[in-house]
Amino acid sequence: MLPITPTDFTPWASLGGGILIGVSTVMVMALFGRLTGIIGITAGAALWEDRGWRIAFIIGLIAAPLLWLLANGAMPQQTVSDNLPGMAIAGLLVGAGTALGSGCTSGHGVCGLARLSGRSLVAVNTFMVFAVATVFILRHVIGGAF
Amino acid sequence: MRIFFGFLSGLVFGIGLIVSGMANPAKVLNFLDIFGAWDPSLAFVMGGASVTALVGYRLAWKQSAPLLLPSFDIPTASDIDGKLLTGAAVFGIGWGIGGFCPGPAWTALTIAAPGTLIFVPMMLIGILLGRYLKFNTFAKRSA
Repeated sequence: MLPITPTDFTPWASLGGGILIGVSTVMVMALFGRLTGIIGITAGAALWEDRGWRIAFIIGLIAAPLLWLLANGAMPQQTVSDNLPGMAIAGLLVGAGTALGSGCTSGHGVCGLARLSGRSLVAVNTFMVFAVATVFILRHVIGGAF
Repeated sequence: MRIFFGFLSGLVFGIGLIVSGMANPAKVLNFLDIFGAWDPSLAFVMGGASVTALVGYRLAWKQSAPLLLPSFDIPTASDIDGKLLTGAAVFGIGWGIGGFCPGPAWTALTIAAPGTLIFVPMMLIGILLGRYLKFNTFAKRSA
């Protein structure tokens, strides 16, 4: 069980990182003509035709901390829950939910909002409400579990 | 070329996730903790990414075709159905428990926290389960 880890408000770093995510999203559209939904790319890498660039994209995602390590001499800072049953359930729900709902934070969030898709806006509002409610229950009703 | 630019796009995306704080579940959970240790930073991630994509997509669509594949392939579904709502709700609960959505989970794999190493394989099993539900249970119910 982890205590709540305080984090600093980082508007500029978050804006800059967000713009990089947006640049990657535009690269994928200009080069491949596809959305940058990570869950779609993951499923496509495993299951569909034209898998090469999708597999390469996932490898790029996985390689990013190594580039960070080369540039900064340390791995990126993060705090991951060490509640392994909890993380297993979380992974299962994230995979099943995004596959069933055809999109995640990137597919419905970034790409869907950029396309002004009403369907994606509904999805984003739905997962935001459920995520906020889940954190509220775990932290403030049950207390301190994650 | 496709492999190289696929890798480069993924690398830029992953660096964006790290710089922005999305690859740190503690930051994501604090963003979601509106009534507690709220850290609004991640609203800037979503804002920066969507506005960049909003403008960039319109520039990309001025071409008749993408540079490395024969045609654009963009989903046309506009229906708001049970699959969309149930899927988004289930995803939201999982995101609220672990603080990982799919992109950051991949990127965090190399940092190799035990929680990440169990999350990612379970996410892949979840994708298979979700696709089964999408194309079987839900499809039959609406047929």
